[in-house]
Amino acid sequence: MKIFLKIWRQKDAKSNGKLVDYKMDNVIPHMSFLEMMDTLNEKLVLSGEHPVEFDHDCREGICGQCGVMINGRAHGPLKNTTTCQLHMRSFKDGDTIYIEPFRAEGFPIKRDLKVDRSAFDRIIGAGGFVSVNTGQAPEANSIPITHEIAESAFDSAACIGCGACVATCKNSSAALFTSAKISHLAKLPQGQQEARKRALTMVAQMDAEDFGHCSNTEACEVECPQGISVLNIARMNWEFLKGNVLK
Amino acid sequence: MELNAKIPPGPLKDKWNYYKDHAKLVNPANRKKLEVIVVGTGLAGSSAAASLAEMGYKVKSFCFQDSARRAHSVAAQGGVNAAKNYKNDGDSVYRMFYDTIKGGDFRSREANVYRLAECSLHLIDQAVAQGVPFGREYGGYLNNRSFGGVQVSRTFYSRGQTGQQLLLGAYQALTRQVSAKAISLYTRHEMLDLVVVDGKARGIIVRNLDTGKIERHSAHAVILATGGFGKIYYLSTLAMGCNASAIWRAHKKGALMACPSWTQIHPTSLPQSGEYQSKLTLMSESLRNDGRIWVPLKRDDVRKPNDIPETERDYYLERRYPAFGNLAPRDISSRAAKERIDAGYGIGAQKNAVYLDFSKALKEQGEAKIKEKYGNLFSMYRKITDIDAYKEPMMISPAAHFSMGGLWVDYELMTTIPGLFALGEANFADHGANRLGANSLLQACVDGYFVAPYTVSNYLADEIKTGPVPADSMEFIEAEQKAKELLARLVAIKGDKTADYYHKKLGKLLYDHCGLSRNREGLSFAIAEIKKLRADFYLHLAVPGTPEEMNAELEKAGRVADYLEVAELMCYDALTREESCGAHFREEYQTPEGEALRNDEKFCFVSAWDWRGLDQEPALVPEPLTFENVALTVRSYK
Repeated sequence: MKIFLKIWRQKDAKSNGKLVDYKMDNVIPHMSFLEMMDTLNEKLVLSGEHPVEFDHDCREGICGQCGVMINGRAHGPLKNTTTCQLHMRSFKDGDTIYIEPFRAEGFPIKRDLKVDRSAFDRIIGAGGFVSVNTGQAPEANSIPITHEIAESAFDSAACIGCGACVATCKNSSAALFTSAKISHLAKLPQGQQEARKRALTMVAQMDAEDFGHCSNTEACEVECPQGISVLNIARMNWEFLKGNVLK
Repeated sequence: MELNAKIPPGPLKDKWNYYKDHAKLVNPANRKKLEVIVVGTGLAGSSAAASLAEMGYKVKSFCFQDSARRAHSVAAQGGVNAAKNYKNDGDSVYRMFYDTIKGGDFRSREANVYRLAECSLHLIDQAVAQGVPFGREYGGYLNNRSFGGVQVSRTFYSRGQTGQQLLLGAYQALTRQVSAKAISLYTRHEMLDLVVVDGKARGIIVRNLDTGKIERHSAHAVILATGGFGKIYYLSTLAMGCNASAIWRAHKKGALMACPSWTQIHPTSLPQSGEYQSKLTLMSESLRNDGRIWVPLKRDDVRKPNDIPETERDYYLERRYPAFGNLAPRDISSRAAKERIDAGYGIGAQKNAVYLDFSKALKEQGEAKIKEKYGNLFSMYRKITDIDAYKEPMMISPAAHFSMGGLWVDYELMTTIPGLFALGEANFADHGANRLGANSLLQACVDGYFVAPYTVSNYLADEIKTGPVPADSMEFIEAEQKAKELLARLVAIKGDKTADYYHKKLGKLLYDHCGLSRNREGLSFAIAEIKKLRADFYLHLAVPGTPEEMNAELEKAGRVADYLEVAELMCYDALTREESCGAHFREEYQTPEGEALRNDEKFCFVSAWDWRGLDQEPALVPEPLTFENVALTVRSYK
């Protein structure tokens, strides 16, 4: 296949960026999207140009490090699919593909397609944990948790922290990411002790990181590679209200 | 040089308690004066950093990823073993110890393996307390499944994302300590060298991957938890960034490497589909609980799998290993697949795969049940191959996966450099010549949560009087200078071949000659070829840009430069071990049925290697293995 690429190139956080045209002649449909990018970079390196910087690591859809806007959609056209799991068979011969970084105030661009998502780590650090030190744990089966609750907690915990929810949200809200962790822990008895305080501190950190507010467009759920439900946001709001009322 | 594993006295089951009872302690007021560097934020690194910080030590934690949560432990799918015996099926600490020692083909230390099994009990407790959502039965109690090489159900799991959930537990514990200012976290920092002062590990040189800036960091002890280096084969199940650089550079500073050629080739990965391919995706071993592996009975059979009747299929694992069947251990399953593929029975466009068939399980249990157990794996398979595995069998193939080898460590997980510890996959310790499924998450966690807090404290107890370690001594300045010189050298070559070009060539050499099966001729050939490839690398490598900026190509080149040296040691390691054991299969040493033939008289030792410079052969320092509690038997899964 022949593919035309328009890729966002930006030297560093301070420089202005622009879309640059590249042409790929021998794209094979079975190639993954990132392997297509590898092929482009190989060409660039051999011509002495700086290759396109993009984040990636596991290439199995689980580490959450990859993620770009592909034709305006976070992680591209497929549902529940990270950029690394997207294959070129999703495109047609002669297509033009726009590739841009995840854009948000809270995700400053570092270079080309790489953005700084450390805000997510700080949100988790603000309370996204159970305060249990190594060695304190009781026998695992001493707290029975029903199958349904464990599965539901898992659904929330499955978030990979890629940031697609923020990138796709017109408000650049991190509500889906933050709520997934709040819900995961609030659903389990282990997380109950700190549930109210956690909702308050994590939401405060989310606000401090320049993410916008949630206005319930639900675009985040549509683009989330893990299919994290917006019901987590409802639970976050509930936990937040409880936390405020009972503080 | 003599290696001392420092195994505590007493009966096997009391050794760890004896160690804990007699280890030196550091009182809480002194702990905040002692600094520890932890490199790597996977399960071993995060759990060690968090646990040490909780105790009160000052911890600096480093990872090359953009977040600590992304380390490759995240990708482990199937589960984590623990001898809880919740299934009442005869499990015990001793049985788990025995399975692991036997699974490793009797090439690991009894005392280490026993401790691993013993601590497995606490790990499940710890993870559950952190909120790890393990699979549960309807009554609310924890569920288990079976993994290869064992006859009990001792594997705890979170659907097909157990590594992710365990890592998030450890990562959350880490970020909690970062917020409490007990850990300073440096993401996007790659270790370039280890600094040794007066014979002790005192710090590291790192490069900030976002800015290119080189930094020095000092401490009273250094822990490397930098994972495995199976990516050396280029096509592997590992993440693109996985590398050997941290442990290799420590090796060149005097830490012995043990059994570097012992690489687990995982039987159930997706086959390669083309030259452009960058990695092979793993399909969890847990699939073998319900999937049956087969190839057509007829060579070059071009029929679709569903058109091949039952009588014309060869379920070769069930045929060869009736006792364990599709759950035979990984080394044996991979070799059996290679045997069929090499004999011309492989399937798929490149005839490089075998079928993993769920039709029987789907018929018996229904699609809903299979979906609940393996849903994410089936959807991942579909995304990559465009094939619906609910309707036709998966195609799978062996792929480089796990490094049993790594830095040599004693019972305390300390390397041959005092104050330098190696945890998790970065060390050679518990798995011997073959790792059992679901033991790697376990080992990483046990090393970090339960072993390092005792053994690192024991070391630090003698460091209380040291005072702050300066980062401006000659040793630091020299190490920084050397690291900068290597980076400058790589960008100055300005050749016409990419780092990936060399990496792919090296990977092919290793797959062909130091992979699933090895022989003297092939290994000698590979050593000569690796030397040539390395020489070519320094003449023709192309790296654009400078070291003083973000430069992903330069990161790759640095890792490949190390791989080109590691590979040579791997081949020496495989060449000098004239026996077959576990993943190390030397064609010259096999039974008439094609099974591995161990030589306990001559090779019942760990091969530790001492670096002597690139122009010299490495020196072998054997650590003899003594077995007091188990009899060395032929490892049979028939």
